Amino acid sequence: MSEKSKLPLAYEAIQEKGWLAAHRYLIARRLSQAFFLVLFLLGPWFGVWWVKGNLAGSLTFDTLPLTDPFVLIQSLAAGHWPVTTAVTGALIVAAVYGLIGGRIYCSWVCPINPVTDAANWLHMKLNLPKGWQPKRGTRYWVFAAVFAVSILTGSIAWEFVNPVTMLHRGLVFGLGFAWTTVLAVFVFDLVVSRRGWCGHICPVGTFYGLLGAGAVLRVSATRRAECDDCLDCFAVCPEPHVITPALRGSDGSTPLILSGDCTNCGRCIDVCAPSVYEFTHRFDQRSAPARPVPSRAGVRVQ
Amino acid sequence: MSAPQSKPPAPNRRRVLTDAARAAGACAVFGLGLAKLATDARALPAEALRPPGALPEADFLGACIRCGLCVRDCPYDTLSLAELGTDGAATGTPFFTAREVPCEMCDDIPCVAACPTGALDPTLTNIDDAKMGIAVLVDEEHCLNALGLRCDVCYRVCPVIDKAITLELQHNERSGHHAIFMPTVHADACTGCGKCEKSCVLPQAAIKVLPTRLARGEAAEHYRLGWEEMQKKGAPVVEGVIDLPDRLPGPGTDNLAAPGGFEPAFKVPGAGQ
Repeated sequence: MSEKSKLPLAYEAIQEKGWLAAHRYLIARRLSQAFFLVLFLLGPWFGVWWVKGNLAGSLTFDTLPLTDPFVLIQSLAAGHWPVTTAVTGALIVAAVYGLIGGRIYCSWVCPINPVTDAANWLHMKLNLPKGWQPKRGTRYWVFAAVFAVSILTGSIAWEFVNPVTMLHRGLVFGLGFAWTTVLAVFVFDLVVSRRGWCGHICPVGTFYGLLGAGAVLRVSATRRAECDDCLDCFAVCPEPHVITPALRGSDGSTPLILSGDCTNCGRCIDVCAPSVYEFTHRFDQRSAPARPVPSRAGVRVQ
Repeated sequence: MSAPQSKPPAPNRRRVLTDAARAAGACAVFGLGLAKLATDARALPAEALRPPGALPEADFLGACIRCGLCVRDCPYDTLSLAELGTDGAATGTPFFTAREVPCEMCDDIPCVAACPTGALDPTLTNIDDAKMGIAVLVDEEHCLNALGLRCDVCYRVCPVIDKAITLELQHNERSGHHAIFMPTVHADACTGCGKCEKSCVLPQAAIKVLPTRLARGEAAEHYRLGWEEMQKKGAPVVEGVIDLPDRLPGPGTDNLAAPGGFEPAFKVPGAGQ
């Protein structure tokens, strides 16, 4: 661990690039989350019906149908063959996320993201222990169980508990006691498991991760040779395991973060003072020399 | 002799198996909980009516994605999405409560047109064919018409008047010389829109729309109504007169006066004279 890793998160980046540049993608992400929420609220609040529905299914300008493909494949598993509108909508959504990164949904659109980010912020502020860290495969087990239940009960199983759609639907149509599920996620991330919900449990994220496994838009540690081991990127990343192969790879290996788990949130780009990271495409072949002293004594990953 | 290169340690089989078993166990518990929620959700409360064309409840929960587009396109704000903990229907699914806002039975059925998945059956094109439920006169003891008054409101507001609800004349035994105009629901024409329930003038409606499963009985499949069969055939179903066996006691006779025949203990005075 270098001396720099003892500095507060993003300290150097703020010093070098200024506060705004060191929070560029965070701000953009919050704006994007607000944008997608407001888009759906324009109708019920101001009577401007550009977008009707919610994240599970919507109709934009009375022409563009969009459907959450995760909800739809559960419906298929339940034995219902939906009519064309929903299938078209799901294909459009799947194509877009398949291209720009499935989990971009998680970090730029999902209304639960600000909740878990807030939980993590408080978690770090209170210096709480990491807590239960489910294994890497846990989310796939949850995902499989959701499908099994959909098949066995003939219903869209995850929708009975899904905090993502419950919160969004609640804000747009009326919340009832759905806030309890949101609170449960917050408390889970705060005291039970650091970054637990989005990173280890949520089957929606798991689905979008699989969907975006071959996504074109990727973050790359292009200037990894400049890395000064401050570890800020690992600290800020909700899925830190995706960084290691790209950042610590040897000369011949790709600096691209190719794991579908990466949410393309761009926070690593923000907090990196030497600007190691950047957004690029997965076919970027530029050479990226490895760091000069990858095996320096005392350097430990994670 | 050179020892073969030692292989890297194989993944610990016991650990892999333990982890898999643990994960499978956790999933089974999680899945059971989820399945419980899913099956409980089928118990739709009787007051919660689904929009026109809704598939049977078990299928509906596998088809409805809870997007609320039917709610948005309902011009009378009849429909709403069930909210967790406050409404009885499965979370996020569309429903309406007849006593609050009934279905106005739009000719173009915008809710069905809006449904992207077919949870509201797109083959429903005539709203008169909708089966959201069936109205039942549940309380004849309070229904004003049943008491012999002329309220008639449920009958008047019915969009399928004289087919779904008719007023059947009965003799008023209480007064002895008036008629009772009994509101009578005909299930084959009733769409379950709920306008009758909404309009019932009593503080608690005497006529209520119930889900078909509660509102209706069912005749056994082999039952035939002789008079209907006769009408279909245009002639008596059975040719000629059948002489059924006589069931009076006594040795082989239907003649009460015959020797050995049955003699009733009580005779109507003057009868048979």
